[in-house]
Amino acid sequence: MSALTLRGLTVRRGACPVVDAVDLSVAPGEVVGLLGPNGAGKTTLMRGALGLIAADGVSSLAALPPRARARAAAWLPQNREIAWGLSVADLVALGRLPHGRGGTPADRAAIQGALAAMRLETFASRRATALSGGEQARVLIARALAQEAPLLMADEPIAGLDPAAQIATLELFAQLARDRRAVLTSLHDLNLAARHCTRLVLLDKGRKVADGAPRDVLSKTNLASVFRLDAALIETDAGLVIDPRGVLA
Amino acid sequence: MMRAVTLAALSALVVLMIGASLLVGYAPLRPGPALAALFGQGDPLTVIVMQDIRLPRACLAAVVGAALGMSGAAMQGLLRNPLAEPGLIGVSGSAALGAVIALQTGLAGAFALALPLTALVFAAGAVALLLLLAGSRGGSLTLILAGIAVSALAGALTSLVLNLSPNPYAAAEVVFWLLGSVADRSMEHVSLAAPLILAGLAVLALTARGLDALTLGEDAAEALGVSMARLRLQVLVGTAAAVGAATAVAGAIGFVGLVVPHLLRPLMRARPGALLAASALGGAAMVLAADLAVRLILPDRDLKLGVVMALIGAPLFLHLIFRTRKELA
Repeated sequence: MSALTLRGLTVRRGACPVVDAVDLSVAPGEVVGLLGPNGAGKTTLMRGALGLIAADGVSSLAALPPRARARAAAWLPQNREIAWGLSVADLVALGRLPHGRGGTPADRAAIQGALAAMRLETFASRRATALSGGEQARVLIARALAQEAPLLMADEPIAGLDPAAQIATLELFAQLARDRRAVLTSLHDLNLAARHCTRLVLLDKGRKVADGAPRDVLSKTNLASVFRLDAALIETDAGLVIDPRGVLA
Repeated sequence: MMRAVTLAALSALVVLMIGASLLVGYAPLRPGPALAALFGQGDPLTVIVMQDIRLPRACLAAVVGAALGMSGAAMQGLLRNPLAEPGLIGVSGSAALGAVIALQTGLAGAFALALPLTALVFAAGAVALLLLLAGSRGGSLTLILAGIAVSALAGALTSLVLNLSPNPYAAAEVVFWLLGSVADRSMEHVSLAAPLILAGLAVLALTARGLDALTLGEDAAEALGVSMARLRLQVLVGTAAAVGAATAVAGAIGFVGLVVPHLLRPLMRARPGALLAASALGGAAMVLAADLAVRLILPDRDLKLGVVMALIGAPLFLHLIFRTRKELA
């Protein structure tokens, strides 16, 4: 059974489709990277899939009642909002809201596990609003992990993180996939996407233009037509490296 | 742990304040006979003072304070803004307008509860207008803007009524009512306001989990299974019932809804859901304390509760700003 199935998902802003008839399926064990230039519709696609905005077409998640959906998918929005000065542990515990009243051994284990996964154990009692931007981002990822949903949908989760934290986060996503969970994440770093995602989906002007193995999606033609990049694709012993050399007119 | 201790301490404070409110007053009564009179024992005059004057006053101060404190916490949680307060949605302004019209037209003298009932009708009208303007689909910003519009309209109409007032005595009566007070109210006022306030507080108590989730923003809260439309409606209706009823019997009392959640937030580890119950207790304690101050400072000058509340609240608020500034530096 797939973690997410979209058929002909279309989101319109006025008359103009921002997401245009996208078919997509994400299965357990996959880390699917959602790529595309700014304004390609990555965020809108994920919000539409979750049912957070009105969309035409079929989304297996949007069809669920709210509580069931919250147990089926965790959502990590791009804008990292923390309104009040909660402690890191209390903030991560918010991920347990869909699971009932909280405070059970399962809740505590999930919170501890999420803190450990993001290496935040020593931060547990710190006030979240007093942390740096990158640290707050890690706390919010931990919150989404604590939700323990079969599918994690993350909107540019590694933007603004230091290089080690970026790689650690994507390795964590790979670990989730090995645990038979699924991840759908939008990314801008093509090299990290190539190395850490099991599959890439390329969006351009709301349309899905490529879907497949990183090596096939990140072709010279796709990089040129979608990203307007003149890039060299270099094979190394660690895999494919994309070296953008210039912007095409 | 700290949360339970804080709630227990606040409850004890409220009980203490109700006790003090019953025992302090214009008529010097010794505690023993006063408490006996509360249950109808002893000197008939003392019984009247306790049952018909002090008991309704203490009850009203407690429920009005709870209404203002809890709805302040709910509004701040919903709007994710520490400057939000229950008056923002215009219900208290509209209730005050209703009361002012009742006073000016002489309707207030028609029967005992004419004034608070008119105020309640106007408060309900304000909620209807808000729902029409902001709708259940409108966002929080629409709600604030609609609230400001309703407040402004109610304020303008209140000024108009005062402006057209036929004589200065009537105008003075209105102004004094607007200052806010729980003095000289009867048990009828309590039985009119208390059920509505308690119903409002019960609705607000349902929002705790939603307000907690809202810490992460509206999108994340919605994805955690919280229906934002329902949450907004619950906060709106709960606040309207509690604050509308409170204003209808006690007039406009400011600062409680703003200051109390602020004071208690650090003690509840900043969690907006847990802050609701704490702010209800804290609000009750604060209004009871202010009402005691009214009686102790200038017992024979009929000092108004709303005035004292603002005099206590404003410096407290300045202190809080100062403290926040130091934390940010």
